[in-house]
Amino acid sequence: MGVSIQVKNLNAWFGKKQALFDITMTAAANHCTALIGPSGCGKSTFVRCINRMHETIPDAKATGSVKIGEVDAYNGTSAPQLRRRVGMVFQKPNPFPTMSVYDNVAAGLKLNRFRSNAKQMDEIVERSLKNAALWDEVKDDLKKKSGASLSGGQQQRLCIARALAVEPEVVLMDEPCSALDPISTGKIEDLIFQLKQNYTILIVTHNMQQAARVAEYTGFFLLGKLIEFEKTTKIFTTPSDKRTEDYITGRFG
Amino acid sequence: MADPAPNMPDIRIDMTSAGRQLAPSLERRPSPLAQVTDSRWPDQLFRYAMWACAISVLVILALIVYELVLNSRLSWNAFGLSFFSGQDWDPVQDHYGALPFIYGTLVSSLLALVIAVPLAVGTAIFLTEMCPVWLRSPLSFFTELLAAIPSVIYGLWAIFILVPILRNYIQPGLAKWLGWTGLFEGPPFGIGMLAAGVILAIMILPVISSITREVMRVVPSHQREGVLALGATRWEMIRVGVLRNARTGIVGGIILGLGRALGETMAVTMVIGNRPEIAKSLFAPGYSMASVIANEFSEATGDLYLSALVEIGLALFFVTIIVNALARLLVWSVTKGQPARGNV
Ligand SMILES: Nc1ncnc2c1ncn2[C@@H]1O[C@H](COP(=O)(O)OP(=O)(O)OP(=O)(O)O)[C@@H](O)[C@H]1O
Ligand SMILES: [Mg+2]
Repeated sequence: MGVSIQVKNLNAWFGKKQALFDITMTAAANHCTALIGPSGCGKSTFVRCINRMHETIPDAKATGSVKIGEVDAYNGTSAPQLRRRVGMVFQKPNPFPTMSVYDNVAAGLKLNRFRSNAKQMDEIVERSLKNAALWDEVKDDLKKKSGASLSGGQQQRLCIARALAVEPEVVLMDEPCSALDPISTGKIEDLIFQLKQNYTILIVTHNMQQAARVAEYTGFFLLGKLIEFEKTTKIFTTPSDKRTEDYITGRFG
Repeated sequence: MADPAPNMPDIRIDMTSAGRQLAPSLERRPSPLAQVTDSRWPDQLFRYAMWACAISVLVILALIVYELVLNSRLSWNAFGLSFFSGQDWDPVQDHYGALPFIYGTLVSSLLALVIAVPLAVGTAIFLTEMCPVWLRSPLSFFTELLAAIPSVIYGLWAIFILVPILRNYIQPGLAKWLGWTGLFEGPPFGIGMLAAGVILAIMILPVISSITREVMRVVPSHQREGVLALGATRWEMIRVGVLRNARTGIVGGIILGLGRALGETMAVTMVIGNRPEIAKSLFAPGYSMASVIANEFSEATGDLYLSALVEIGLALFFVTIIVNALARLLVWSVTKGQPARGNV
């Protein structure tokens, strides 16, 4: 089951440059929350603060509190431990090119020294690929095909399967469809709908229709600040902030 | 750069109105390129010149082989294939066998790889993944400087520094702890196969580590992040996200290093002991193909003697080619059907 993501007073810096200012929001469990905003406003930075990828960048730091369910991300958990609970799908599909499709999906489990016999592993790989709506397209040469030999949309679904295989509680997606055609995009949106039953999803997108289609809640970022956070229907029909309205009606950004 | 100088005219144009004004003048005009005559001869010349360059390499190679074969005929006729399996190197009796030299070259180079590869890869990992930024360029500069030192200097350093260290500290230790393997027994002279392997390792270290560093550096960062996001520790990220993606390039670097080790002459001659014998112990002195040619060519008196040395040169040539081919085969079999790097 998914758990909620609670963010309180989050600030983030790249060196001396502050990228996020005092963000407070909660993404509800088993729902999809979308983040929108113009380029460079800090959406990716925000998402990367949640699974502590932000701190892998030299000189980058973050303060504030992030809780994944009951787990405090910045206190008393190591970053690898946290990341096992928080799956991430990147903007650009990044399957491991030297591994087969099967090994790509199994990678997270193998890395974390998950002990299992071959049959269990086969089951997990199959389930993850089915959940990512990729199974039918790759089942015939799971172990022969390399992860890089798939099409872009298939690669992205492979990355989703890879993230799901470790059974995270939360899945972060940073513009998962920006490199994909409308058909693959549609498949991934359908998938997000399915996944909501079991996971909490936080998705960054530039496509407002997409946000409207998949997300119950939407947050609008501008210049590192969270301007408005509302039910999606509300934010797209009667936003309370002028800047939000300007943005979604296309008047700037 | 950001704001224009104050006295600059404002050149921003309202695109929508500009478009409307320009539209009438957008009729079809003849292409300015229509007048250009199509002269192909520079193209042709360039093409032939490139062909000539490529072929000259092959011609030189063929000439070298031809020369080596021609000059080793005498020895080949006298000993045939047994030249390569014979262990006798006896200029007095005029009887020659090349096996000790082939053995010496292969073993010292292999030993060099065994020592250098982990060190080089470790150095590369440290430099790309762990080293504080301010230390990075000086450190990589000095590793690369190692490659610029002439080999005779390495030889001198080995004689005065390395050999005594080996003799007094390392060899007694090895004999005590690993003597049972049979690889480390006998009197510790310092000079011998082990010293040759160590000095070769130091010489090929910069080659392997700079290439490894380069291929690790170009592994795209989304690969590293992909592994990290799955909950990998730093070391797992390096192993799965970086080394795995860079392995073809790393093997390429190792092959280059091996090539250098096989042909290295001066430094090896100064420390290997120059005795044409095959011994299991790495403490024992040996000889290498390149060394024997360098040492004995000027004093080779008889025609057969000279011819035998040339045949060793031929053998060195083929050993290098075979080892390279094997290494390439290895790379190919490891990466069969898979791209060397991410889909960037
Ligand atoms: N590695 C980095 N080093 C320094 N500054 C960075 C780095 N990454 C991002 N920034 C800065 O942080 C700010 C927020 O960037 P971020 O990538 O979070 O934007 P974004 O909202 O995801 O934009 P986009 O929609 O284009 O992906 C930007 O001003 C950017 O210049
Ligand atoms: Mg972004």
